Amino acid sequence: MTQWSGYLGLILQGALVTIELTLMGSVLALIMAFLAGIGRVSRFSIVRALATIYIEFFRGTSIFVQLFWAYFVLPFVGLSLTPLLAGVLALGLNVGAYAAEVVRGAILSIGREQYEACTALNLGRWQGMRHVILPQALLVMLPTFGNNAIELLKATSVVSLISLADLTFQAQVVRSQTGSTLMPFVSVLVIYFVLALIISWGVRSLERRMARGLDGVRV
Amino acid sequence: MPAPIIKVDAISKSFGTFKVLDGLSMQVMPGEKLALIGPSGSGKTTILRILMTLEKIDGGHIQIDGEQLYHMERNGRLLPADERHLAKMRQKIGMVFQLFNLFPHKCVMDNVTLAPMLTKGVARAAAEKRAMQLLDMVGLADKAKAMPAQLSGGQKQRVAIARALALSPKIMLFDEVTSALDPELVEEVLNVMRKLAAETDMTMLLVTHEMGFAHDFADRVLFFDRGRIVEEGKPDEIFRHPKQERTQGFLKKIIAAGHRV
Repeated sequence: MTQWSGYLGLILQGALVTIELTLMGSVLALIMAFLAGIGRVSRFSIVRALATIYIEFFRGTSIFVQLFWAYFVLPFVGLSLTPLLAGVLALGLNVGAYAAEVVRGAILSIGREQYEACTALNLGRWQGMRHVILPQALLVMLPTFGNNAIELLKATSVVSLISLADLTFQAQVVRSQTGSTLMPFVSVLVIYFVLALIISWGVRSLERRMARGLDGVRV
Repeated sequence: MPAPIIKVDAISKSFGTFKVLDGLSMQVMPGEKLALIGPSGSGKTTILRILMTLEKIDGGHIQIDGEQLYHMERNGRLLPADERHLAKMRQKIGMVFQLFNLFPHKCVMDNVTLAPMLTKGVARAAAEKRAMQLLDMVGLADKAKAMPAQLSGGQKQRVAIARALALSPKIMLFDEVTSALDPELVEEVLNVMRKLAAETDMTMLLVTHEMGFAHDFADRVLFFDRGRIVEEGKPDEIFRHPKQERTQGFLKKIIAAGHRV
C-alpha cells in the first residue's frame, strides 16, 4: 500500500504540471484570442489579414507538429525553449486560434443598435468596443471559452511526447515501473475528469455572475 | 435673421436600387421644433440617421451650425470627412432611438455618465451630478441604480433621452421614440419632450406617427413621401388644410387607423 501511495505521488506531480500547462496555456490562448478575434473585425485590411493567417495556420496544422516545431525546430533559429515553455506556446497558440473565432463571432452577435448608440453618443471605435461591445460579447464567449479550456486541458497530454513529465507521462512511468495498467490509468482518468469538472463549474459560476441584472432580476 | 443650424442641400441616398432620398433639401432654424411625418419608406427616418452620421450619403451637402457635416474644407476644397471631423460634428447632435438602445450591462447612472466621461473627459463626480439632474428632469431619479432590464419601456426611453442630453447637444433627433411603447406608456415620454421643448432652446427634429403630439409640439411640419418633402407648413396648415393630395390621403389613412389629430 505504501508503494502505491508513492506512485500516486508521482502521478500527482504530473497533475501539477498539467495544471500549470493548462493555466499558462489558457492565459496565452486568451490573449491570442482577443488579439486575433478583434483583429478579424478591424477596419484595417492588413490587421484582418494577419489575424486570418494566424487563425487559419494554427487551426489547419496539427498540435503535435506545432509542438515539435516549438521544441525541436525553434532552436535552429536560436530560440531554445524549455519543454514547459514549448508546451505553453504550442497549446496557447493552437487553442487561441480556435478561441479567436469565438471572440469574433461574439462581437458580431451584438446587435447593430448597440453600435449605433455608440456612434450617437460619439464614442470612438475603441471606446465603444471596450465599454459597450466587449462586455456584452464576453457573456456570449464564456460557454465556448469553457469548452476551449477543457480542450486545452486534454491537449496538454501531447507534451509527454517532448518528455515533459505531465499527468499522462507520469502514468506511463508508473505503468512501466509497476507493471500495473489499471491503477495509473484509472487515476489519470479520474484526475483529468475532475480538472475538467472544475473548469466547467468555474466558467458556469462566472457566467452567472456576469449575467446578473441583465434579465431584469437581481440575483 | 439668424443662419439656419441645419442646411440640407440636394441629398440623395439609395439602399440598393431603392432611392430613399431624392435630392432632398431643407433648412432648420436654431431652436426650431420640427415634426417629420409621412408613410413608412418615405425617407424621414433616413434623414435623421444621416444627420447622426449613421448612414452615408450618395450625393449632396449638409451643413450643421455653419460647418460641413460630411465634408471638410481644406485649402478651399471640399474633401470627404474623416473620423475626427465626424466626431467633432457629432458633438452638436444627439439622437433618441425607437428601441431605446440602452446599454443592458450598465445601470441607468452608468448609461448616462459613460459618454460624458469618455468623450468629454468629465470627472465621475461631475458627470453623476449632472446625470442626477437629468434623471430628475425625466422623473427617474430613484432609478439611478436600476438595470435597464428592470425598467418599463417608457422608463427606458426616458433614460435614453437623459443619456442623449448628458452630452448637451444643440440638436436633438427623435426617431419614432414612442412607436415601440405600450399605449399607456406613450404619454410619460411625450411629457418629457414637452418639458424639454418648453425649458430649453434646443433644436428638435422629431419623426413621429403621433399626429396629435406633432400638432401641439412642432413649429413646422414636413410631410415626406418617396424621398421628397411634398408639403410643409405650420401644424394647423398641414393637419387642418393640407393642400397636396398625397398629404390629404396620408392623413385620412392615419385618422382611419384611429390616430387623434
